[in-house]
Amino acid sequence: MAEAEIIPIDAHSRATDRDQSPASRIRCRATTSSGRPCRNYAGRGSDYCKTHATNDESRQSHPSSRRGRERNTELIEQAQEDVSELGFQEWIRRRLAGDYFVDDFGYDPELARGLLLQLAKPLYDNYFRVKALGVDRIPNEGPALLVGNHSGTVAIDAVMMQYAVATEHPKKRAVRNVAADLVFRLPFVGPFARKTGNAVAHDEDAYGLLKRGELVGVFPEGYKGVGKGWRERYKLQRFGRGGFMEVALRTRVPIIPVAIVGAEEAYPMIANAKVLAKALGFPYFPITPTFPLLGPLGLIPFPSKWRIEFGDPIPMDDYPEDASEDAMLVFDLADRVRDTVQQMIYRNLNARRGVFF
Amino acid sequence: MAEKRRVLITGVSRFLGLRLAKRLENDDSIEHIVGVDLEEPPVEIKGLEFVRVDIRNPLIARVLEATKVDTLVHTNISSTPGRLGGRSSMKENNVIGTMQLLAATQRSERIKKVVMKSSTAIYGSAPGEPSILPEDHALKQVDLSGYSKDCAEGEQYARDFGRRRPDVKLAILRTQNLLGPTIHSNLASYFSLPAIPTALGYDPRLQFLHEEDAVEALYQAMTVDCNGIFNVAGDGIVYLSKAIRLLGRVPIPLILPAAQLAAEALRSLGLVDFPTDQLKLMVYGRVVDASRAKEAFGFSPKWTTEDALLDFRDHRRAEDEPSGKSRPSWERELFEYLKQRTEAPKETVDG
Repeated sequence: MAEAEIIPIDAHSRATDRDQSPASRIRCRATTSSGRPCRNYAGRGSDYCKTHATNDESRQSHPSSRRGRERNTELIEQAQEDVSELGFQEWIRRRLAGDYFVDDFGYDPELARGLLLQLAKPLYDNYFRVKALGVDRIPNEGPALLVGNHSGTVAIDAVMMQYAVATEHPKKRAVRNVAADLVFRLPFVGPFARKTGNAVAHDEDAYGLLKRGELVGVFPEGYKGVGKGWRERYKLQRFGRGGFMEVALRTRVPIIPVAIVGAEEAYPMIANAKVLAKALGFPYFPITPTFPLLGPLGLIPFPSKWRIEFGDPIPMDDYPEDASEDAMLVFDLADRVRDTVQQMIYRNLNARRGVFF
Repeated sequence: MAEKRRVLITGVSRFLGLRLAKRLENDDSIEHIVGVDLEEPPVEIKGLEFVRVDIRNPLIARVLEATKVDTLVHTNISSTPGRLGGRSSMKENNVIGTMQLLAATQRSERIKKVVMKSSTAIYGSAPGEPSILPEDHALKQVDLSGYSKDCAEGEQYARDFGRRRPDVKLAILRTQNLLGPTIHSNLASYFSLPAIPTALGYDPRLQFLHEEDAVEALYQAMTVDCNGIFNVAGDGIVYLSKAIRLLGRVPIPLILPAAQLAAEALRSLGLVDFPTDQLKLMVYGRVVDASRAKEAFGFSPKWTTEDALLDFRDHRRAEDEPSGKSRPSWERELFEYLKQRTEAPKETVDG
């Protein structure tokens, strides 16, 4: 914890909380505008609380201030390391006290690591027995755009990809997927998606995350990918409108193609109840061999064998400054990325002995 | 700025106008302050020339002429319908007021700078919007209602004004939800409820602007040479759930239709004057990118979102404590006694 001195306020209070019990901490010496003594605790190595501290340096380095943007990643990493050290009780205590870091997009590393990854662990390790290949091709730091195939009716492929990088990558980085606005419209699902690091599938969001040095995951097929029928399994759909390519060219961030094999068989969609989908306002309503036939039991996925392969980064530095304005180039490049992903899918399908092994 | 400014502040008896006037009171670069409102300012401000005039009245042009002001700060856009006697008079004040005021300003020869306070409410709140809204994000005017719509219309008049008078510098500040020790806003009363109704299954990302920072932003936008629309907000965000935890209150999650009813009930009880069109904020939240203000006029908020919330909490808590005057003497003594008893052990440890 030698770095605690330079951590900005949010993380600061957390660090001091653990080191010192409240009783041994001194109160701020300042007087508030109402004439009462300030009741906040003083910061470490200071006589004043963060509100009354005279030097504003700690404030300057807040993650969302321009200068402090690089710190965002650092803070996230900090919180991620913290959570692995935390005991369950401490984790709960912090939850209840509201004592945790959340970034501007709503990513809550402690919740993501402490809850989502714990829930995903048995699925990843034992159920789907995911084999992740080439995770080390993802850079240890700095932005990159992961472009993957989307499939499997519900988007557990996105979660599995997050899990693969969060556990098997040397730096245990967080993948920030961008998701359709429908996700954020839904109760419970929406806030949960945000807190586990997802953002809105909007150029502005992808751009903002990459600018902050994050690892962004996109599934350009969108609904067409997750909502496609069993017959079209592992056939990549149209790659949206190439928005991801524009963002990559604009930010000059490398693209890492990702192939996910296995998700198609987890929820094989044999039909689409269009009328029901329309009534509920969903883009599709899946009918699988077990859903909705078996009710909630039908939500249990089939235990298919999964492989996730991360390809070699495709650099974007060689293209001219205004390449993102050249629509033809954008479509052409998007197509090439799509081909790469498709080839990777075929390769991994061949490598897999069977659907369940 | 070699020349001293002559400033006219609209809404000078309301929160921001009053504090801005107070801020300018001892400022050497200000030659004269003119305050305009319908009510007299509750606090005496040195050197303030108060003019009681309705900005909806064309006479405002004569005031601008007579006071020879060169800077206009328009803070008179209200978000609380209750105070102005209903939604229709609120709209009248916000939209027609801004229209008349700017029409009068357009005629003024001396005017060099206009600062208008708008609000981030203008962006609305929707699930598919970018997570961090920049100023140039296309507004969806169709979905707007109430206060947001007033702001959008007011800004439209301001932009028209800017086009017709390119020689005048125009800064529009979209302030994020204000919070702090003294402000009485919808949000402040919402957070002061003993138990806080929330929408079940939703947890909006919120962002606050400390009241002192808001005044500072108006001041800097007024004094620094800048032109354009600027978001003004504290750094960082806070989830509503986390805010409630930090405040030490209890959430009451309600399913959405019930939440709407609850909002109506709270309003009719006079507890929270929360317009139903602002309910969406409590469902989907709203976060803006405030970096442009930093670049254009060097505004960097002193208080982060969380600090603003904590400052609000600490001062409200102090207010909640029984004050000496309103209580019988025996109770005051008992209270003092209990206070000593509870604080004594801590003191020994501290010493």
